[in-house]
Amino acid sequence: MVSFVIKRLFQSAIVMLAVALISFFLFNFVGDPISNMVGQETTVEDRAELRERLGLNEPFLYQFGRFVGHALQGDFGISYRLQRPVEDLIAERMPATLELVFVSAILAIVFGVVGGLFTGLKKDHWASKLIMTTSLVGVSLPTFVIGILLIYIFAVKVHWLPSFGRGEVVDIGGWTTGLLTVSGWKAIILPAITLALYQTTLILRIIRSEMLEVMRADFIKFARARGLKRRDINYGHALKNTLIPVITVTGLQIGSLIAFSIITETVFQWPGMGSLFIQAVQFADIPIMSAYLVLVAFFFVVINLTVDLLYFVVDPRLRADVKG
Amino acid sequence: MKNLTTSGRWATFVDHDITYSFLHSPTTIIASIITILMFVAAFGAPILTSFTPFDPGSLELTDAFLPPVWESGGIEKHFLGTDGQGRDILAAIMYGTQISLVVGLLSVLLSMGIGVPLGIIAGYFGGWVDTAIMRFADIQLTIPPILIALMIDGVTRTSMSSELHEVIAIPVLIVSIGIASWPQYARITRSGAMVERRKDFVAAAKLIQTPTSLILLRHILPNVIGPTLIVATIGVAVAIIIEATLSFLGVGVPPTTPSLGTLIRIGNSFLFSGEWWITFFPAFTLVILVLSVNLIGDWLRDTFNPKLR
Amino acid sequence: MAVLDISNLCIEFPTRRGVLSAVEDLTLSIEAGEILGIVGESGAGKSLTGNAIVGLLEPPGHVTEGVILLNGRDITHLPESEMRKIRGAQIGVIFQDPLTSLDPLYTIGQQLTQTILTHKKMSNAQAKAWAIELLNEVGIPAPERRFDAFPHEFSGGMRQRVVIALALCCDPCLIIADEPTTALDVSVQAQIIALLKRLSREKGVATMLVTHDMGVIAEAADRVAVIYSGRLAEIGDVRSVIDAPKHPYTKGLMDSIPQIGQNLKILPNIVGAMPRLDARPDGCAFNPRCSKAKFICHQQAAPLIEAGSVGQRAACWVYEGGEKYV
Repeated sequence: MVSFVIKRLFQSAIVMLAVALISFFLFNFVGDPISNMVGQETTVEDRAELRERLGLNEPFLYQFGRFVGHALQGDFGISYRLQRPVEDLIAERMPATLELVFVSAILAIVFGVVGGLFTGLKKDHWASKLIMTTSLVGVSLPTFVIGILLIYIFAVKVHWLPSFGRGEVVDIGGWTTGLLTVSGWKAIILPAITLALYQTTLILRIIRSEMLEVMRADFIKFARARGLKRRDINYGHALKNTLIPVITVTGLQIGSLIAFSIITETVFQWPGMGSLFIQAVQFADIPIMSAYLVLVAFFFVVINLTVDLLYFVVDPRLRADVKG
Repeated sequence: MKNLTTSGRWATFVDHDITYSFLHSPTTIIASIITILMFVAAFGAPILTSFTPFDPGSLELTDAFLPPVWESGGIEKHFLGTDGQGRDILAAIMYGTQISLVVGLLSVLLSMGIGVPLGIIAGYFGGWVDTAIMRFADIQLTIPPILIALMIDGVTRTSMSSELHEVIAIPVLIVSIGIASWPQYARITRSGAMVERRKDFVAAAKLIQTPTSLILLRHILPNVIGPTLIVATIGVAVAIIIEATLSFLGVGVPPTTPSLGTLIRIGNSFLFSGEWWITFFPAFTLVILVLSVNLIGDWLRDTFNPKLR
Repeated sequence: MAVLDISNLCIEFPTRRGVLSAVEDLTLSIEAGEILGIVGESGAGKSLTGNAIVGLLEPPGHVTEGVILLNGRDITHLPESEMRKIRGAQIGVIFQDPLTSLDPLYTIGQQLTQTILTHKKMSNAQAKAWAIELLNEVGIPAPERRFDAFPHEFSGGMRQRVVIALALCCDPCLIIADEPTTALDVSVQAQIIALLKRLSREKGVATMLVTHDMGVIAEAADRVAVIYSGRLAEIGDVRSVIDAPKHPYTKGLMDSIPQIGQNLKILPNIVGAMPRLDARPDGCAFNPRCSKAKFICHQQAAPLIEAGSVGQRAACWVYEGGEKYV
């Protein structure tokens, strides 16, 4: 168990290092960092001096080592466009994104699991067929189209909910939260639904197909042949056996929520990291792009580690493999 | 048992399980018809419509913001209305669909072009080659394709002038989406190749010293390509969505040759002032197109390979 | 009174190419303490019969005719809630593959106590004690220790013993064993058969042993029923059927089993294959492969007719009006 965790931590560190390398390449070799930082009128001598001062003439490994060292301290340089430290910009915007992702993840898991169980257990029920057809429409609706649709109905037509922003926010020790005000909750409803919808359908479909497959398994047939109660079979045996693939997919989907929040944040002008990133892409603001890349990779690594650890809780076979 | 009295090739064809399943799935039939019609409308646009919506010289600003023909103020010439520059919405959608389809199809071809060979090599040879390829694929799979495509697009945008970028925007988009989605094709061909390499005909081919490249090409590839093509159908739908999303975010297809996503982005700003049709019709077309392709993909998957996910 | 009494059972599957009748007019019974072997090729309908008894036919398959009596009680069309109380309590079922019959995520102790507590009013401690006794009875060494082990920690043969313990949880009067030895090594097969025989003798359980393996039947069964293409071809005492088979299909089957010490150049086999359910000929389903087939065999399937020793009956026209055929 411990050795497995250490092995996984080591692998995660390698992944992070690889991402840092890509990020470093972005930072140093895409375009010319010097001309990105200074104006047209700067002389060649000044440029050379800046180059020397920034350490851009030093050996590659040395530069990379310094980049990683800085990144570990949360230092990703100065935004070209906004002329402010990247870590400050990201720290300002992180709460908005994480709150949005948190609310969406809860929505997606609750509705995905309930819907998946229902459609998996009662596959011939009319409501299951309705849910499955709707879910296919859900997969076919691009996130931004859902957002536009919701804005048009609830903000433009009936004026129930705001179409942009976070509403009133409260500052708690540097973390701005919208979850403590009525206007904040009103503001998060539409973006959270928009962001959650696609992931909900994916979780729903994976749970359904896993349930259908497990229900055909011999041990379920044998459980029925032993006269076990339907509830025990469905939730005790079938559901528990679907958990491993479901945990994997759900974990990945929560990771995707962070990436998909780019779209939702753009549609709803949500002041989070995603909209910061998309502006960075449009204006070629490399420091923000590379910092965002490292950060998202970090979230993914953390989620993957959590998923791996959850396997152990669920599956005795894995515990045995590691022991032996 | 009653014997079927009808005879001939047609009867055999109609009686075949796959044809039967197709003919008894009205949604699949409708989805296929819609998809075919969309292809015809998209690629036949230069013949089917007299408008050239992306030639600025042909636009008349007096025709701007016309609603669809059935709303008051709409005129027959512009069936689905016009946008802020007097562009005919229907014609713009037809040309836009063409771009969406081209990007969707070509990027899936590219994904397969990368993923299928790598998957076959990983599955056939196993060992460290397999580990190396699949580890890389696993890492990439954890990052959503849309983020990878955004990164690639952002990098190219930085490293070249905006005029040049506009010219090669569509190829860049195809490459971004193509690179972003190869791992799933590698995964599925790999699992197929791992099964096939143990088959007797492969052993026989090895025995008569068939070159490995020929074994991969003649014996492994034809046997693993089927499931890959089913995944590719749904992949086209996904690629179209990614393209539309990138274009909507303003980092995909430039407004000079807009795709459906670009059209939705342009129309979105008019939504609050009431000109809903500028964004609604492209969005509707996009959803119907993706839904149809998904329905066909779903049917293919259920019919040919119920276990595939 | 027989523990299990099936009469005129018919099972049908509606498909888009018409209704397939998988089991036709099947009549048989099993007494307490008796092992009835059911033998036939795959697809002949043996497993379906077992599933029909416990009400676990996969839809769209269903019983269209006939009666299934368990200790005199009609259980043919019991609602699922009633049937569930019989399964596991009065009827124990053993499936073919012990590797996949057990839920991998629970200890065998959890699976045993869950089954016991579902059917019996007991405290957890009593259920555990009972479960350990069962494990001991089916021959699992150190049952107290193994109680908390997961299925993957057992060998195939040991897992099948656990499966048998699960089937015995509530002292059933009938055990349906569907190919219980097929997935096991030959040496383990003999142990499992011996176990089934011992349980049947000691506890007076009626056992329905479904298999395609004539050797298992010869070893374990008291009587044997041979099924061909959904119909009973022959039924009788196991020695009579093996030594003096009466139905042409059974004869062919026996001839095609190689005997030790026999010196044959060619092993006899039955020409052709069992017809698919949707391509069954009119009359007797065996007629295309039968050298003795006559006009009536193509018209009408024969009923079971007394032939050979006492209680031996074969569904073949040659025995109509007294024994003629060999």
